[in-house]
Amino acid sequence: MSEILLQIDGNEVKTTEGMTVLEAAQSAGIFIPTLCHHEKLEPFGGCRICIVEVEDRGWTKLVVSCVYLVEENLVVRTRSEKIDRIRKTIIELLMAHAPDSPQLQVLAKEYGAEKDRFEKEASFCIHCGLCVRYCAEVKKKNAIGFVDRGIKKEISFIPEIAIKECNDCKECFPLCPTSYLQAAFVLTEALAIPQPSTEPASEK
Amino acid sequence: MNKAKIMSQLKTPAELEEFRKGILLKRDPNKPCITLCSGSACHATGSGEVAVSIEEELEKQGLSAEVDIRRTGCHGFCERGPIIVIYPEEICYLQITPEDVPEIVSQTIKEKKVIDRLLCTDPSVSEKIIHESEIPFYKHQERLVFGSNGSIDPKSIDDYLAIGGYSALSKSLSEMSAEQVIEEVKKSNLRGRGGGGFPAGSKWEGSRNAPEEIKYVIVNADEGDPGAYMDRALLEGNPHAILEGLTIGAYAIGAHEGYIYVRQEYPLAVENVNIAIMKAEEYGLLGKNILDSGFDFKVIVHQGAGAFVCGESTALMTALEGRVGEPRPKYVRSNIKGLWERPSVLNNVETWANVPLIINKGAEWFAQIGTEGSKGTKIFSLVGKINNTGLVEVPMGMTLHDIIYKIGGGIPGGKKFKAVQTGGPSGGCLPEEHLGLQVGFDELTKAGSMMGSGGMIILDEDTCMVDVARYFIAFLTDESCGKCVPCREGLRQMLKILTNITEGKGKEGDIELLEVLSETAMEASLCALGKSAPNPFLSTLRYFRDEYEAHIKEKRCPALYCKELVAYYIDPGKCKACGICAKKCPAEAIDGAKKMIHIIDQEKCTKCGTCFEVCPTKFGALTKISGEPVPPPVPEEERIIIRKSKKK
Repeated sequence: MSEILLQIDGNEVKTTEGMTVLEAAQSAGIFIPTLCHHEKLEPFGGCRICIVEVEDRGWTKLVVSCVYLVEENLVVRTRSEKIDRIRKTIIELLMAHAPDSPQLQVLAKEYGAEKDRFEKEASFCIHCGLCVRYCAEVKKKNAIGFVDRGIKKEISFIPEIAIKECNDCKECFPLCPTSYLQAAFVLTEALAIPQPSTEPASEK
Repeated sequence: MNKAKIMSQLKTPAELEEFRKGILLKRDPNKPCITLCSGSACHATGSGEVAVSIEEELEKQGLSAEVDIRRTGCHGFCERGPIIVIYPEEICYLQITPEDVPEIVSQTIKEKKVIDRLLCTDPSVSEKIIHESEIPFYKHQERLVFGSNGSIDPKSIDDYLAIGGYSALSKSLSEMSAEQVIEEVKKSNLRGRGGGGFPAGSKWEGSRNAPEEIKYVIVNADEGDPGAYMDRALLEGNPHAILEGLTIGAYAIGAHEGYIYVRQEYPLAVENVNIAIMKAEEYGLLGKNILDSGFDFKVIVHQGAGAFVCGESTALMTALEGRVGEPRPKYVRSNIKGLWERPSVLNNVETWANVPLIINKGAEWFAQIGTEGSKGTKIFSLVGKINNTGLVEVPMGMTLHDIIYKIGGGIPGGKKFKAVQTGGPSGGCLPEEHLGLQVGFDELTKAGSMMGSGGMIILDEDTCMVDVARYFIAFLTDESCGKCVPCREGLRQMLKILTNITEGKGKEGDIELLEVLSETAMEASLCALGKSAPNPFLSTLRYFRDEYEAHIKEKRCPALYCKELVAYYIDPGKCKACGICAKKCPAEAIDGAKKMIHIIDQEKCTKCGTCFEVCPTKFGALTKISGEPVPPPVPEEERIIIRKSKKK
């Protein structure tokens, strides 16, 4: 793999071909916020919070750093007025779902996002897909998936698989940036095997 | 004789030409031929029944052997369908019903007499019009791609060969190198007709130069814009033209496999294209060693499951691979890494259909039609508040005004033109001051709309532009795949805000908030759907900001359309106490006492608009009020109407 030299926020960064801008930044200790990124998973490009500005042969454009591959002499800026404005809006849109998510609250503070800018939504899920992809890509179980499309899209455990696999695993639980995933599992469990008097389903 | 030859396939370009000659020799140009439009839209207007009655009537009058019937694809003039054109005279009859058929056969076919009442009338021409090509709707068009639809039976490959079909393929394979084909397409400056307007030649070249050995060509027939049906009409009416273009493209880039991704809501298109593939294979125009060129090519039809987002190139390819149709996040062009990570050229139906023309007539001929940046013609689907609804093909550079008035025949009902919405749901609305705009990719984009795949929806003065934006944002919200936040969540919130505005719940700051959401969606969305989704809002804001402000600040809908902002009121000075409104009101909200001025109980009124529609025009007593309070009801003692006795 050939070595690629690029510039991130004014710092020369040495990387190798095939790396993403996000990986390059992380390797140089430059922080770019992420929500749907996980080092063990294929880049997803869903949350768009890791958006950065790249300048390539005179062209400036906004790209998401978790997918965009490094190029020789690429100039990357991880903060700008526009980037911050877009990140702020993304955080506000997600806080309509999960206003109390600790990860979102930290980001909200950094970018001055208001948690009540948009009308609240019923579901806590922010569709980062970490649980779905972790189960499919790392555990290869596909016990949880996305159902439906667009604004109706939601995560759903597949009871037949979940009942067999999930109790001993639950590795996706800590990945969830909101409390929704665990709740969805508890619900699936309760619906799939009604147990009269063990743990109350309300325990989150 | 011909049949025997087909069994052994057409092996060389010379054999193809000889076979073509044979078809033409057998056809008597003077033999009467009735063509009848039989596309999906034509079926809806009853062309199936007309076809049956033509066959029966010819049989009955003993003419079956002497008259040909040809069931063609869509002719475009859907407003007046079903359409019959009788050759060789080219007599055109519109809006035919089975009841008209006996007369057509006995008068026009037998006696050579024209039936006046079935001819086209047009307000711009005083006399009735006999010939199809003289009808104003057609006269101002340039039907290079779409024209053959009216003269061939899409199920007959011989019909396509008779009009010179597959000669461009034969020419490409025998006289041109792959590089020359690409050069020709590049020189023609053909740009993608599906929405992006990307130069087709450059796309092809990128794929050809990509190192991987296996490459693909794909037809995007996932047409999903509301009101647009040009791709369907082409695929149904002239499938071989698309196959021929696709095969030429495959030869040019070095692909041996092609896919037609067609939505399953287009059953007739699927049927006709499958027949076309089967016939082309039978004739040796698809398959191994086509026309002795050493070039192999096969085509597979894939039916989409009906997601709008699958019209987006990477989502379409993901769906073709058998996965959920969501766009890919990667920053790699699909002509380099597309279907199964291999170089894939995806072009829209209409783009492929242009290719044989360019090869046959040359890039220079093609490039002389159109504007600086947009060459050739474009098929538009002209719908909405327009007299002549239908599919129209015009040279790039024709003004919106000419399309709407000369071809479209203007706005019905004496209403005023308000805006034209172009480019599909993520296109934009252009107001009257832009009617002089020449249609073209860059021209439309610059004005704040886009070419898209060629949807053109005409809006009249009764249309509320805020509601138009709400409608399209609702469509896109429904069709968003939901993968990325700016599109899924951004559109969700935009729709809420727009709905609130149309319901009179708009707040100060809503416009600014919509602008912030628009920026986020345009800059940060994953695919073209999200990036262009705010357009309906942005273009209506750009040209009709006053309407947004009226809704938000004055709670007034200037077009008197938004239900929540409109009240119905009976003008006491005009009401003649005829009782019709009261009788028709489904909510029993009208006090329609005899000889008393009628009064609407605003509490009970559901604003269905029935009273407004039924109040006799000569009275015109019903009015819509918006942005101001409804006047108090007339006092009881003043309600009595004393009818004047009729004067002599």
